[in-house]
Amino acid sequence: MSHHDEENDAAGRADEFLQVFKKGAEFTQDLLKENERLRFRVVKLEETLKDKGHEIVADGPEALELKKKILELEQEKEEILGQIKVVEEENQNFANRYVEIEEENNMLANLYIASYQLHSTLDFKEVLKIIQEIVINLIGAEEFGVLLLDEKTNLLEPVASEGIETSAMPSISVGSGIIGESVGSGENYFIESMQGYERDLHKPIVCIPLKIKEHVIGVIAIYKLFEQKDEFTNVDYELFTLLAGHAATAVFSSRMYSDSERKLSTIQGFIDLLTK
Amino acid sequence: MTGYKVLVVEDSPTMRQLIVFALKRIRGFQIVEANDGVDGLKKLSAEKFDLILTDINMPIMDGLKLVSMVRNDPNYKETPIIVITTEGATEDRERALALGANEYITKPIQTMKILETVKKLMSV
Repeated sequence: MSHHDEENDAAGRADEFLQVFKKGAEFTQDLLKENERLRFRVVKLEETLKDKGHEIVADGPEALELKKKILELEQEKEEILGQIKVVEEENQNFANRYVEIEEENNMLANLYIASYQLHSTLDFKEVLKIIQEIVINLIGAEEFGVLLLDEKTNLLEPVASEGIETSAMPSISVGSGIIGESVGSGENYFIESMQGYERDLHKPIVCIPLKIKEHVIGVIAIYKLFEQKDEFTNVDYELFTLLAGHAATAVFSSRMYSDSERKLSTIQGFIDLLTK
Repeated sequence: MTGYKVLVVEDSPTMRQLIVFALKRIRGFQIVEANDGVDGLKKLSAEKFDLILTDINMPIMDGLKLVSMVRNDPNYKETPIIVITTEGATEDRERALALGANEYITKPIQTMKILETVKKLMSV
């Protein structure tokens, strides 16, 4: 789904939510009107009782009729109170849904900015820097590395890192260990529990393969989160998957561009040598 | 229209865009961006701002130095300052608040938290 579709989808859901909310508000208004009408009826009946008080016999037919009406009104009141409770619960649900939609909108906005930044340059180093900024600022990772696949050797080579020296990071074979397996399968990896985890460069807490469709070109391996970030949220999981695709295409295109620029400059050098 | 002028000081263009994008959702905010503390100070002296959001870890001049200098400027004694940073330790928070920051928000970026804080400080 494109950003435009995602935005439309979010806008559609927001409209749907507003429609439901409006209906709820109208229903509450109707209930309030009904309640007002019944109160008015009770007052009228009380006035009638007062006026006719001297004529009404305690167990006479009029008194029985009035008692019946009172009973009916009491029942109606109970029903209305019950309905109000239901409406209040619905309103609470709407409020919760509103918060959820707001969060989703924010996530989409963040993703839009992230992907916009990723595709704003063809400079390979700049793309890597943007990936690092996103992983730090949006995911909340303190220590991580970016490894890219060398298709000739089938090795994942570290190209960027945060909180760890890039040179200290190992090269990893596809299919070997947690990182290699994640790249081999193309599936994200998340550690089951972060409790007692100690950093091991071969055993990260999260692996996000950088994929262009099914073609994996590298991986982001996370080893430590900020101390204020003790767990991943649902939004994080969505972000990981969506980000992996955008980061992968940005890395791939910038690398192709710099390769072609390099080749062009070499060819230009040869041409200059031959023509001078 | 509130007509408030807001300065966002952040060295990471991605992060700056995220904050600006979030703030644009509040109607009437006029947002100016600065790359670091020095750039921020330049912009603060060129025009009057009603709210400052700043990162801490920045090249040339960090956010804490900026907060301290802003608070020593008589024009900005009462201007709300929000620090948005990766530093989550209690002592970092206390230090920023002691220097004069009004609020301290930790990364990863939480748009709702930023918007709530801004609305609360600016009463919008």
